[in-house]
Amino acid sequence: MKAPDFEYHRPETLEAALALLASQEASPLAGGQSLMPMMNFRIAAPEVLVDLNAIKDLAGVELSGAWLRIGAMTRYQTLEVSDDIKTHAPLIARALPQIAHPAIRNRGTIGGSCALADPAAEMPALLLALGAEIELQSQGGSRRIAADDFFLGLYETAREDDELVVAIHIPVHADGQSIGFHEITRRHGDYAMAGCAAVASADLAKVRIAFFGISDRALRATAAEAALSAGAGEEAAVTNAIAALGEIDFAGDIHAGAATKQHLAGVALKRAWAEVMA
Amino acid sequence: MSRSQLISITVNGEHVSATVPVRKNLVDFLREDVGLTGSHIGCEHGVCGACTLEVNGEMVRGCLMLAVQVDGGTVTTVEGFADSGRSSALRAAFANRNALQCGYCTPGMLASALEYIESGGAADRDAIREHLSGNYCRCTGYQSIVDAVCDVIEEGTGA
Repeated sequence: MKAPDFEYHRPETLEAALALLASQEASPLAGGQSLMPMMNFRIAAPEVLVDLNAIKDLAGVELSGAWLRIGAMTRYQTLEVSDDIKTHAPLIARALPQIAHPAIRNRGTIGGSCALADPAAEMPALLLALGAEIELQSQGGSRRIAADDFFLGLYETAREDDELVVAIHIPVHADGQSIGFHEITRRHGDYAMAGCAAVASADLAKVRIAFFGISDRALRATAAEAALSAGAGEEAAVTNAIAALGEIDFAGDIHAGAATKQHLAGVALKRAWAEVMA
Repeated sequence: MSRSQLISITVNGEHVSATVPVRKNLVDFLREDVGLTGSHIGCEHGVCGACTLEVNGEMVRGCLMLAVQVDGGTVTTVEGFADSGRSSALRAAFANRNALQCGYCTPGMLASALEYIESGGAADRDAIREHLSGNYCRCTGYQSIVDAVCDVIEEGTGA
């Protein structure tokens, strides 16, 4: 189908974009690789679109102390070829080739994926596993919020209507830290039926496990994290972690029921964890 | 009534100005207003790849961009790739290898294959499949398409 009608704005500065968001109910348009399909399907029907693509200073990767700052409008393709991402955010580099397809990655942005909070998208789960922070800005000022507090539900985040996601902050990869990632898809590049991202410190004292495609939002599995941390790398720890996934409120979709999702989440966890331990 | 906007785009090297509804996607604009029917519309949600074309030097989904978003930019379609000779070797290889049957996916397939070849991609069948994974073909089973892309790379004279 075709998108329903809307009012279209393409501001050239962040200030102009924030003014537009402050004065009316409007949807920001980033890369459009998720919002446009939703509009074509008429799942989304924003009255006003504020296209962010003409704003120059919202993109770029910058190392600042212990954090990597990624501008919200940085496209996946840019992240894919970034040496800073390879070195300081290897989990993102590991997952990127599995996020959709080259033509989609040429347009899709990290901030857009984060702000839309599609439950099957990889990026929110990656940010949860990494302990990332999201920088929001409105006319009233800016704030940083932990990814843990940002993703609230189905396409629902802590972003207020007059705020824009302007940057993502990722803690720089530490020495000895390990990462793992696995997603189960029906075809390469499709949305995952279940996916898992894992980050662990060298001594396994700190383990962060996040899932996507299995519930109404990307979420962490804290009981599984505790099991893996306590297991000190033993084989049984993974079994315990998989058993601990029962704490999650799994939600089925047209491809798989909740029980299947739980099974697939366990498989994804096992494979992602194998990468961590490799 | 749809809201409209005046836009100017360079399409295949030619200047095009038109007043378009803001909700009109780029491929519909090219097909209906500019008369370039080479770019195909398939799924309209970015999955099938039939609408893949070049905007400002990058291959993108034409169905996931609004025509107004390209105001002031440049677009190259499958017609443009052919007219400039940029896709000559690739088109010949597609014909030689029977890399198309109904042809619906071909404009998007050529665009994605061009991107792969022009970015220096190797004649590695897995890597080619990976790069073309966002373009669906329901006729060929993909073998012949990968053959054609490999041929062009192995000949080494460009797409």
